[in-house]
Amino acid sequence: MKLNELPRILPPWAETLRQRLFATPLDALATLVCLYIIWRISVPLIEWLLIDATWDGTTREDCRSSGACWVFIRARFGQFMYGQYPLAERWRVDLLGLLIVGAAVALSWRGLPRRKEASILALIVLPPLGVWLLYGGWGLKLVETREWGGLMLTLFLAIYAGLIAVPLGILLALGRRSRLPLIRFASVVFIEFWRGVPIITVIFLASLLLPLIMPTGFNVDRLARAVIGLAFVIAAYMAEAVRGGLQALPDGQAEASQALGLGYWRTMRLIVLPQALRISLPAMTNEFIALFKNTTLVLIVSIFDLLGIAQAALADPAWVGMNMEAYVFAGAIYWFSCFGLSQWSRLKEKRLQTAYGR
Amino acid sequence: MIGFLRDRKVRDYFWQGLATIGLLAVVWFFVQNASENMQKAGMATGFQFLWRDSGIEVPFNLTGYKPSDTILALLWTGIVNTILVSVVSIAVATVIGFSVGLLRLSRNWLLSSLAGFYIEFVRNIPLLFFVLFWYFGVLAALPTPRESMGLFDVVFLNRRGLSIPTPNDLAGFRIAIVATLVLIAVQFGLSRWARARQARTGRDFPLWAVGFVLCGALPLAAFVAAGFTTSWDVPTLRGFNYRGGFVLVPEFVALFAALSTYTAGFIAEVVRGGIQSVRQGQLDAGRALGLSPGRVVRLVVIPQAMPVIIPPITSQYLNLIKNSSFGAAIAYPDIVSVFMGSALVATGQAVEIIAITLAIYLTLSLFVSLLMNWYNARHKLVTR
Repeated sequence: MKLNELPRILPPWAETLRQRLFATPLDALATLVCLYIIWRISVPLIEWLLIDATWDGTTREDCRSSGACWVFIRARFGQFMYGQYPLAERWRVDLLGLLIVGAAVALSWRGLPRRKEASILALIVLPPLGVWLLYGGWGLKLVETREWGGLMLTLFLAIYAGLIAVPLGILLALGRRSRLPLIRFASVVFIEFWRGVPIITVIFLASLLLPLIMPTGFNVDRLARAVIGLAFVIAAYMAEAVRGGLQALPDGQAEASQALGLGYWRTMRLIVLPQALRISLPAMTNEFIALFKNTTLVLIVSIFDLLGIAQAALADPAWVGMNMEAYVFAGAIYWFSCFGLSQWSRLKEKRLQTAYGR
Repeated sequence: MIGFLRDRKVRDYFWQGLATIGLLAVVWFFVQNASENMQKAGMATGFQFLWRDSGIEVPFNLTGYKPSDTILALLWTGIVNTILVSVVSIAVATVIGFSVGLLRLSRNWLLSSLAGFYIEFVRNIPLLFFVLFWYFGVLAALPTPRESMGLFDVVFLNRRGLSIPTPNDLAGFRIAIVATLVLIAVQFGLSRWARARQARTGRDFPLWAVGFVLCGALPLAAFVAAGFTTSWDVPTLRGFNYRGGFVLVPEFVALFAALSTYTAGFIAEVVRGGIQSVRQGQLDAGRALGLSPGRVVRLVVIPQAMPVIIPPITSQYLNLIKNSSFGAAIAYPDIVSVFMGSALVATGQAVEIIAITLAIYLTLSLFVSLLMNWYNARHKLVTR
């Protein structure tokens, strides 16, 4: 073999590039076409979003460039976050947010003494405290739920519906695998019914029928109806996620625990659920993300969550034609929240896998 | 006595009895309250309202419904609209989903990250956001009818919707459909014959290539021929709007665009997962037996990936059907919008209307899952 016939050796980075982008002529063509498309889309997009955008100002007249008018978001930022919540009372929402974040950070720290007891305490104390802070009464000014809105409402719906849905879903999953045929039947009917109908009809159902089936004079708040409707649907989906974890657990675990003399509930609480829930955590997170996205549907019954506020803002005559800005802002918040959650669950999953040496 | 209480059977009956009584008591309490409240509010009951005149205008219907028709006809119009948007979106979502899922597995780093970007973008944003975005953000920004975007001067897109031509006469298409069915039957017979011959003599038959011609190219040619021989009602601009043809209203276009692109992201993940579930050893074994790459895909990868892909894809299809109710947010006249919305406001019979709507969705869901279970059972992987 002659020396000049030896293959030319590329530097390592170029070789990687060749293998990943230009392995065959067809590959090279696809790469070039993709690059062209990316360039054609991203350049105008970045120009609109950042370079030509207007950031400072107070009114629509300040936006004279061809780019996005972020002044609009700035002017309406309070509404996007709190809806029509009275200005003077907004500190209550902020305080609750701080409390929740603080509790979450403290509880996720592994070195916290008495971590288990503290978690249970937080779960018992925080939800009623939150309702009191947001709604008022007992010394605080009453803020009707129709004044709530924006991101805070989205988070409220997701968290409170989730607080009902997770325990209910676990019970339903246990019920579906119960030894007792009647319990099993009731759980299956409940789960399959709520999974078979669209969430939008459930929200309609809750807002129209809940007042009807309650005793006369007993009023269920509009927002509470939406929370209950959402919670039932997500509980049914959660149940299926938990069932996956229960099924993945070898029967030997429950059998061993029974051989040690533990009863049904203690077997579940001490042996089965801690392991099963860990397995089904990613699936449950996915259901929670679905819940978070589906809270937007309360728009149908005129409750204005983040997307609803964005939608309503389009009708403001002072800010005509701000559709894209409103959508981009709301969409970005949803995207970062959901993406963050799914990344968190992936991280957890990975940590778990290394912990089990799998 | 105590021993009797320790008997597991007795205790099982006891708890089940207690649970049943509890459930019945709760249901009885709610029904009692409901009937009391309904009597007080003077709400009508029963299903007679279904045969009353509806008086509700539906701008987009394929059933020939008029406001002077009954509420039952209105419900039927809603069902047809739901099915229409679901079927079209399922077809397009499947195509996009499979393409993106396969691209995600591409060796080309740029292609695979673009596909990944699409999947992550679509999956982490609420569907309602996309519905509203397409409707108020994109379609509202389209030009007026006078400045429509046209495609070959037969299809026109403007803010009043998508105008498409309709055939005046269906005879040509009927022939094409019959021809297609005959060709599919021929292909079916041919595949049985080819399999039998291969079992007997070991000789191979280019079944896929022939099938492509018989079930793909020839029917396509038949439809194109039918299209050229029939006269068409082409939309033309008269005054301020297009007349003739058929107008797909913007609500339909927005809902369809949102549903198909959104669900495609989920289908893509399912497809990627299904294909990745086939172990590398299977592919290597296929190559070692001397199969060509195409046949490895056809004979090794697809048969093993499909049983993994089918169940989750079924639930995606079901989700899409249920999600078509999001059209209510932009007043696309589906079941929820015309029946649970307009008819409920007109008649006030909430309980009956909600019960009917839920029953329809449950039936639709059940029907699709039965169909898919049947398919799944047929294509189940037979292992040792």
